[in-house]
Amino acid sequence: MTTDLVHALPKSPGVWAEAWKRLKNDRVGMVSLVVTLFFIVLVLLAQLGVVAKGWQKEVGTPFAPPHFVGKIEDGSQSAVIDSIAGASVDISDVDPLAPRYQEWAERAAKFKATITQKSDTLPFGGDQLGRDVLSKVIKGAQVSITVGLAAALMATLIGTILGAIGGYFGGRIGDFLEWVYNVFTAIPYILLVFALAAVLKSGPLAATLGSGVWTVVIILSLVGWTGIYRLVRAEYMKHRSREYVRAAEAIGASHTSRMFTHILPNISHVVLVQLSLHVVGFIKAEVILSFLGLGVPIDMVSWGTMLSEAQTELVLGKWWQLVAATSFMAAFVTAFALLTDALRDALDPKLR
Amino acid sequence: MISYILRRIWQMVPTLLGVILLIFFLFKFFGGDPVEIMAGLKASPERIASLRAQLGLDKPVLEQLWVFVQQIFTFNWGKSWTTNESIATIFSTRLPATLTIMIPILLLEVVLAIGAGLAVAYVRGSLTDRAIMILTTVALSISFLVYIIVGQYLFGFVLGWFPVQGWTNSVWKNLITYAPLPVFLAVLVSLAPQTRLYRSFFLDEIGHDYVRTARAKGVTENTIMLKHVLRNAMIPILTNVATNLPGVFIGSFLIEVFFSIPGLGREILVAVNRSDYPVIQAATVYLAALTMVINLITDVLYKFVDPRVTLK
Repeated sequence: MTTDLVHALPKSPGVWAEAWKRLKNDRVGMVSLVVTLFFIVLVLLAQLGVVAKGWQKEVGTPFAPPHFVGKIEDGSQSAVIDSIAGASVDISDVDPLAPRYQEWAERAAKFKATITQKSDTLPFGGDQLGRDVLSKVIKGAQVSITVGLAAALMATLIGTILGAIGGYFGGRIGDFLEWVYNVFTAIPYILLVFALAAVLKSGPLAATLGSGVWTVVIILSLVGWTGIYRLVRAEYMKHRSREYVRAAEAIGASHTSRMFTHILPNISHVVLVQLSLHVVGFIKAEVILSFLGLGVPIDMVSWGTMLSEAQTELVLGKWWQLVAATSFMAAFVTAFALLTDALRDALDPKLR
Repeated sequence: MISYILRRIWQMVPTLLGVILLIFFLFKFFGGDPVEIMAGLKASPERIASLRAQLGLDKPVLEQLWVFVQQIFTFNWGKSWTTNESIATIFSTRLPATLTIMIPILLLEVVLAIGAGLAVAYVRGSLTDRAIMILTTVALSISFLVYIIVGQYLFGFVLGWFPVQGWTNSVWKNLITYAPLPVFLAVLVSLAPQTRLYRSFFLDEIGHDYVRTARAKGVTENTIMLKHVLRNAMIPILTNVATNLPGVFIGSFLIEVFFSIPGLGREILVAVNRSDYPVIQAATVYLAALTMVINLITDVLYKFVDPRVTLK
């Protein structure tokens, strides 16, 4: 009888369906979502090696200008010296290596040497080695965005778990976590980054981590979890004595189950907004760390390493690498920040 | 008041202890071997043994921790591992350069951002307001690096208004010749986020009843904004300035790197690259302590800014 009644009721849409409906009506939010998705697809394609695979190939002349600028005549001259036809004196009688020339020539012929025609202009120009700036900036997007996302995910994970434990249990554990939080926030952000960078660069962990992007991810997430912890903790303190949690307790749900299957979905919008806020912050931080040489290794490219190259190039009047890296980064960061705003509005209708 | 301050200082003890423990064990367990860093990989066994004894690494960990605590409270950190310069000298010689740059930055930033924030908040909702808000959003999405790279190139190299970089021993010459460009660029960059922040502080106040009452009894707009609103918004402003204050001492390390200013921020960065642990440890511990003290002073200042605040 009652089940029939329940089924007869109009099904109310879930939180996420409602949020999606609100987001769809937000024009700015939708545009930024499309731009963000475009970048994500670009990152995935670069990861799979579909695009920007040959970013390290020197396809153009050094500092090849972009197509629309056209070839720049800089007055430098290069002349090809004709190979001198025929030795003037036949020294094969005295040359001890003479009998082997034939053999070497045959062996050399077995290897194929491809001579790439270096182009004078490239779509977005070339860097000092003649690498395509467009490929570089896409590869850089892959590295920078991956680092930003991975670090934000890790920071959110740390912050959420600690916040959940601290807020849900309170008491001794809560006090201890508060103390840890106070310690981490007492140290100025940048000094903590530097201290961790120093340790990870030369310590025993350096060997296992290498100088890869993981170092940056670890540094950023260890420094950035505090804000998320604080918010999640406050939410858990609010929720832990609500009726639905008490009800779950009454039917015998364990602590873990109450924390993560009952409360967590109810505060997931807070976590999601924090996650996306941190992505933007971490991308900016990665760019600065890579610029300072504490970020991605030398054989990789990120927007930060491109900007550090651009600093010296600008004085030579080669502005395209700077413009490419800046515009890609600005486009992504703006879109992502606007998407975060839209997401926050969509997930929290009370906010308006 | 006194009892409040004493209680707050007492509360700082566990946090400071935590910072000391964190820094000590972070470098102890996750950092590289100091002897390897100082002597290199090909050191003779005697040299290794003598360095171990000299650094106290042959003692038990707890005793090393005690030595570390003593170093903190006696300000005696010994010498830098790489340059053999005493740590105290490093701090006292690098700090003036940082302060020469950072104090003008902080003062200009606060004054300009409060002015801009008040002005934008006053015309809230207008085209100017929205245009400035969009402009600051876009301005914020471009990396800090780009502004410095382009600014240094444009004003220093192309236009030649300022020297590209440089530093002397004379404070006055530094302030007049070499500081203006870095200060100008840093203020320019921070103006966008700071204006947004101050705008939101003032908007909170403008909505209150007392503003309407003041208008109703005919108080001029200037008096309302500069006296009523500004005074009531002092608490968030003070909090924000206090948050930025510890940064004055490490400086904007990016600015110092770009303009080759021999300041503390650049020194710490160099120390990171050289694995010069004592410099980093000392800077971290003292800056953390300083941050706590500044927070306490700010909380006490609230009382003076707004007598309604009770310290408990």
